[in-house]
Amino acid sequence: MKLAVLSGKGGTGKTFVSVNLAAAAGSATYIDCDVEEPNGRLFLKPERLTSKTVTTKQPAFDAEKCTGCRKCVDFCRFNALVYVKAKPMLFSEVCHSCGGCRLLCPSGAISETEKPVGVVECGESGGVRVVTGCMDLGEASGIPIIKAALAEASNADELTVIDCPPGSACSVMESVQSADYCLLVAESTAFGLHNFKMVYELVRLLHKPCGVVINKADGEYIALDIFCREHGIPVLCCIPYSEKLAWLGASGQIAALADSKYAKLFHSLLDDIRKEACV
Amino acid sequence: MKIVIPVDEKKPESSVCVSFGRAPYFMLHDTEGKTTEYIANTAAEAQGGAGLKAAQLIVDCGANVLLAPRCGQNAADVLNAAQIKIHKAEGLRTAENLAAFQEGKLTLMTQFQAGFHGRQ
Repeated sequence: MKLAVLSGKGGTGKTFVSVNLAAAAGSATYIDCDVEEPNGRLFLKPERLTSKTVTTKQPAFDAEKCTGCRKCVDFCRFNALVYVKAKPMLFSEVCHSCGGCRLLCPSGAISETEKPVGVVECGESGGVRVVTGCMDLGEASGIPIIKAALAEASNADELTVIDCPPGSACSVMESVQSADYCLLVAESTAFGLHNFKMVYELVRLLHKPCGVVINKADGEYIALDIFCREHGIPVLCCIPYSEKLAWLGASGQIAALADSKYAKLFHSLLDDIRKEACV
Repeated sequence: MKIVIPVDEKKPESSVCVSFGRAPYFMLHDTEGKTTEYIANTAAEAQGGAGLKAAQLIVDCGANVLLAPRCGQNAADVLNAAQIKIHKAEGLRTAENLAAFQEGKLTLMTQFQAGFHGRQ
């Protein structure tokens, strides 16, 4: 089963929940798709690391063959190409690597080159295979790295936990697309609820079954409860705010491995998710 | 010499537009013929890369100078490649800026906004 963990608001506890579920499962693949700032590895501390470079395609122009027809410049809907001093000029961070300019060029003046944009790092942490997508500094889009990281998912019946980026934009959609079930981590605050509604809308749009974990719960937050009830979203688990958890997190430990109470909580959450996902 | 200013409206008394890439119009003033024309900025509605597309428009209209309150790095790179000078507009009065530039009172722009405003 592929399980995507997402939240909308950052700092809600996606990585906390993802890492603990993978650790509780014992045998699993954990994929960190938060490629701008992957941090699951700080807790899982994978060993025997291997790393693969991720590249995207970029157009390259042959000045001899270019006739200056500007078809490529006019075609680019991202405006990544301009035509100055009788030659096309590329703004690589704006290019989406669609390859359209190369297909369109009537004089065959455009070829494609590979541009490195990040790495996918693989390692092991006990029985958990840890896959980390890391985007290079200064790059604008993490999508190619997310795709490469997701390609490392285990195909078998084994659990794959996809730790999504925050928000509800394209990088989250990319991370969620292959998931069988979406676990929404919600924070019981007005800001948390606002962003939770946005990711809920996203998973509905993608027709994904989903359930909720309320994290850092501090008493009751009626608005969140009402929203979940009205939309029939199962609340699978409620993790109260605790100093112990904050301390374990700050010292880089995994609660499900360090404390039997949390081991039980995450095992039970995992069972509930498996039941829900089968429905 | 052809001078371009991003403007909010298609008339001489229009204010200077604070945005370059998403300005609705560009005023193109030719100091030799003393003529002024307005070009609709087709880049204003672009989803992304508006600054680049607007810069292309400026290059294509044969301008020598851009007067603007600010400008993005990508657009500046295009204008620089086309040897179009960018001077910093002072205040939002179009006619005053045009006069100030011709009297040599507007300095070259040295600071540009980061080229990337968000791509997903």
